[in-house]
Amino acid sequence: MTERLRIENLFKIFADAPQRAQQILAAGGDKNSVFEELGVVVGLDNVSLTIPAGATYVVMGLSGSGKSTLARCINRLNEPTAGKILLDGQDILTLDEATLRQLRRTRISMVFQHFALLPNKRVIENVEFGLKLRGVAPKERRLRAEEVLAVVGLARWSGHFPHELSGGMRQRVGLARALATDADILIMDEAFSALDPLIRNEMQDELLRLQQTLHKTILFITHDFQEALKIGTRIAIMSEGKVVREGTPQSIVLEPGSDYVAAFTRDVDRARLFDAASVMSKFETLVEVPQGIVVGAADLPHEAALLLDADAHVIGAVSGADVVKARSTGGKIAPSCDFVCVPQNTKLVEIARSYRTGHPIGVLDDGGRLVGLLDAEQILARIGSMPMRDGDGGRDAAG
Amino acid sequence: MLRADDLAIFPIDAWIQDSVRWVALNLRPLFLAIKWPVENLLSFNDHVLHAIPFPVAVIGTFLIAYRLAGRGIAAFSAISLIAIAAMGVWSEAITTLSLIATAILFCAAIGIPIGIWCASSDRVWNVMRPILDIMQTTPSFVYLVPVVMLFGVGTVPGGIAVVTAAAPPLIRFTNLGIRMVDREILEAGLAFGADRRQLLWEIQLPLAVPTILGGLNQTVLTAMVMSVVVAMIGAEGLGLVVLQGLGRLNVGRAAVGGIAIVLLAMMLDRITQKLAEPRPGKQSALMASLWRLIRGEQAAALPSPAIPGGTAKSERTQDTA
Repeated sequence: MTERLRIENLFKIFADAPQRAQQILAAGGDKNSVFEELGVVVGLDNVSLTIPAGATYVVMGLSGSGKSTLARCINRLNEPTAGKILLDGQDILTLDEATLRQLRRTRISMVFQHFALLPNKRVIENVEFGLKLRGVAPKERRLRAEEVLAVVGLARWSGHFPHELSGGMRQRVGLARALATDADILIMDEAFSALDPLIRNEMQDELLRLQQTLHKTILFITHDFQEALKIGTRIAIMSEGKVVREGTPQSIVLEPGSDYVAAFTRDVDRARLFDAASVMSKFETLVEVPQGIVVGAADLPHEAALLLDADAHVIGAVSGADVVKARSTGGKIAPSCDFVCVPQNTKLVEIARSYRTGHPIGVLDDGGRLVGLLDAEQILARIGSMPMRDGDGGRDAAG
Repeated sequence: MLRADDLAIFPIDAWIQDSVRWVALNLRPLFLAIKWPVENLLSFNDHVLHAIPFPVAVIGTFLIAYRLAGRGIAAFSAISLIAIAAMGVWSEAITTLSLIATAILFCAAIGIPIGIWCASSDRVWNVMRPILDIMQTTPSFVYLVPVVMLFGVGTVPGGIAVVTAAAPPLIRFTNLGIRMVDREILEAGLAFGADRRQLLWEIQLPLAVPTILGGLNQTVLTAMVMSVVVAMIGAEGLGLVVLQGLGRLNVGRAAVGGIAIVLLAMMLDRITQKLAEPRPGKQSALMASLWRLIRGEQAAALPSPAIPGGTAKSERTQDTA
């Protein structure tokens, strides 16, 4: 993936004269020591991140952690004190007002926590808003707005006013407004936090669905770790203006790295977070037979093994006894057991549903070729694993 | 012992007197230029309003009040007008009305831009606020002397005095209305790339309209009060009726003027108040009302939606539950 946004050593200090605060930070001070000494609030303390194109990048943190400040710095609603924000390699902090306005009109759009819709304008006019600011002709922008409104499922509500809509629908309008400008970067500042849990869930699914076709670069701000796990392709966890952990959802859950992060990961439903590929083990050839090869897990006892053809497609499963027999005779072997195959991105919870005792589980790639084997024990171990304390040593992170 | 009177050595009264006199003598073209548009608009309004036949005025007022404010206020307005005519002060009432109408137009033309300017900068507002405080707390009589010195006597200087007295509430409310606009909505404007002009016209002004209309209501009432006071510098209208009654110790005549003023004031207040009543989410009340006037009552109702789709509907129920 190409990199879209890179944030380098970004500082935001809420003060007219931030030099003193910067000196304290440079000398190893933190947000609290600056506040004690100067009474000045540090929003961002040396934040560096890289956001790949097409990623749903979640910045997660509790209130006061600087996550919203970070989001606002990217379209310069907050003016950073120091650092760089590179959009496709260009530092947007050096842009003059007119160029910045152009950037906001065409490249970066935003969804707000409390929707921020214009109460005096109809839904369709709200969706048109960004295009109107850009100076798109009325007919053209109306067409585009109708199109986007249909995408978020609100085509019938275009003539209504925002106050006639429920919270979830209003945020759909907010989302449609952001999508209408065709900006490739979408900042979602606590976009679903004001919605009640069921609607929030629905909106998360909606966002995931839209993202499959739109491939925007989304910077999603949230205080909800579950939400971060659900929609993030990568997550940065912030605390006190700093990024304390950054990585894929799976790697963060497996290796929180600090007690602060571990506190979030403790209650995570691992069965829904991890997929087959992250726990499967390698297989080795047990015996070659005329039809192909018989494979079994390298480091697991094998009561049963899978029979593969030359392209690594699974033909069937054979019992351990048959394998022993084939080893000695070298003759043909007939599939004798039932087996289960799952795609490699299947979540563990789904695998648990299809598991049967004694049936080997094969993990397939997109082409249907076997890439690994699963064992019930491995799945259980992963679901039950707790983040390791220091010195305990973590398991291998997911790839 | 130091006595308070000993301190009265600064001849402030003389200074003010001298400076106003100097201004009156030397800046005469400026004041004539200020007077000119007021004079013309006032005489235009006066002619137009006086040209409307009495029955047409009553029916017209009834209809406008009905559309804007409802049946009760419409009936009250019509009865008030008939009562004013029955007391024999119809012509004077119309003169007062034209004075107020002129003053309101000027207040809006001056007050709203100044209010916008105040809202755009804290520094401007910090300068403007004490000035407005002084303007609003100064007894209205005090305005009369400089107005007479600068503009002379009669209805036109009266109109200028009314504008001066009535503009402050509109400036305050405009400033307040713009400053009250939700920060997140403003940020949404900025985030989508609005420049200052777009921010003002697309977001700040439309959202401030209900508050500005509230200020307009205050301005109308202040203008009403002031239109009576300016009778003292020769402005015609209901104020003159009261003044003449008082001068001749004719309590009845004065009371007739007073009652007519009260009726007119209540009528204007109720109608403009309804105009300003916030209707969250709808178009600004003024726009909605004007629209209703143009299109007729029924068209004002929103087109009813088609049956909402599955998800939308369930969301709605959950949200209201």
